[in-house]
Amino acid sequence: MNGIELKDISKKYKNVQALSHVNLCFKENTIYGLLGRNGAGKSTLLNIINNRVLADNGTVTLNGKTATENTEVLHNFFLTNEQNLYPEGMKVKDAFKWSSEFYPGFDKDYAEKLCNLFQLSHKKKIKRLSTGYQTIFRNIVALSVNVPYVFLDEPVLGLDAYHRDLFYKILIEKYAENPFTIVISTHLIEEISNVIENVIIIKNGEIIKNDSRDEILKAGYCISGISSAVDGYISGKQVIGTEILGGLKTAYILGQPETNIPDNLSISGMDLQKFFIQLTNS
Amino acid sequence: MNLELDQEKPIFIQISECIEDGILTGGFPEGTQIPSITEFSVNYKINPATALKGINLLVDEGIIFKKRGVGMFVSEGAVNKLREKRQNQFYDNYIGTLIEEAKRLGISSDEIIAMIERGFIQ
Repeated sequence: MNGIELKDISKKYKNVQALSHVNLCFKENTIYGLLGRNGAGKSTLLNIINNRVLADNGTVTLNGKTATENTEVLHNFFLTNEQNLYPEGMKVKDAFKWSSEFYPGFDKDYAEKLCNLFQLSHKKKIKRLSTGYQTIFRNIVALSVNVPYVFLDEPVLGLDAYHRDLFYKILIEKYAENPFTIVISTHLIEEISNVIENVIIIKNGEIIKNDSRDEILKAGYCISGISSAVDGYISGKQVIGTEILGGLKTAYILGQPETNIPDNLSISGMDLQKFFIQLTNS
Repeated sequence: MNLELDQEKPIFIQISECIEDGILTGGFPEGTQIPSITEFSVNYKINPATALKGINLLVDEGIIFKKRGVGMFVSEGAVNKLREKRQNQFYDNYIGTLIEEAKRLGISSDEIIAMIERGFIQ
């Protein structure tokens, strides 16, 4: 198949099972949201795909070719995360020059244009940038390398609302004009829920959900009303969570709602964030 | 045009309704070009495939037509077509919910009619 395929990936750090038996595919030209709570295994997964961490077992392939330790294949991937890959004291503009040597598709003009939009001075030393600007700098590199698979591990970490908005818009514009695969790991689910096409939810090192965003949103609904009425309605249904506020109750239910909802209950759709919270709690 | 999306309705439906509103209010006059898929997706911060799906609904209804390599345009007669469509949906979209809420509050049909007449005068 075309795309990245992970088969039976496991990884253990000392006593912690970071990933267990992960099977996943990343198709061409698709935007994925990789969601999981802190410590769920998102970063480990991205590091393994990008050959920065070795898995204990399992394989990563691109279009059938092994990716692990294979420079030819790995040139199609780009991962940006908190790790600084640049030498101490390097300036932004030198980092662009450096990147274009590793990635022949690197578009320096585009990177400069993004620097202007984000008001990042390319004469600054990377190490001296604030947390937000370090993230912005890494995002700019990731959007300029022009490889078919880009992995963004928390791309809005430390960014203010204006810069997050700008980043999403630039990302969408770039993707709309020239599609590539983007895997975004983030905690700000609501902000990207309309951008991503596929959702992967990881919990305690296991993939618990891997589906299109639309399918996930169709998979459940919320019912609220007086507790007793809600309790009556939900008996026998697959409830993934409830919230109580005084005598009122909201239940999150998997499955399709019945056509006749009692008058004293109100129904609403399940958004991605609600779904995520209910699915990953405890 | 409504620029805020909510999560209750599928996004592609909301996009097509936004464009419909734009056509009905004269923001997108008949015969003129509408923004591109990229512009819509950037503006609403949505996946371009979703924007395309929403616009294709209108293409299928003959409200919008595509010119290869140029862009997308509002068809002649689109306003009338949309008026007719919205009139047909009026009962489901407005009257149904109006009566539902009125029943909940104990408002009679005579009272509703009086309110509607008052609304028309104001």
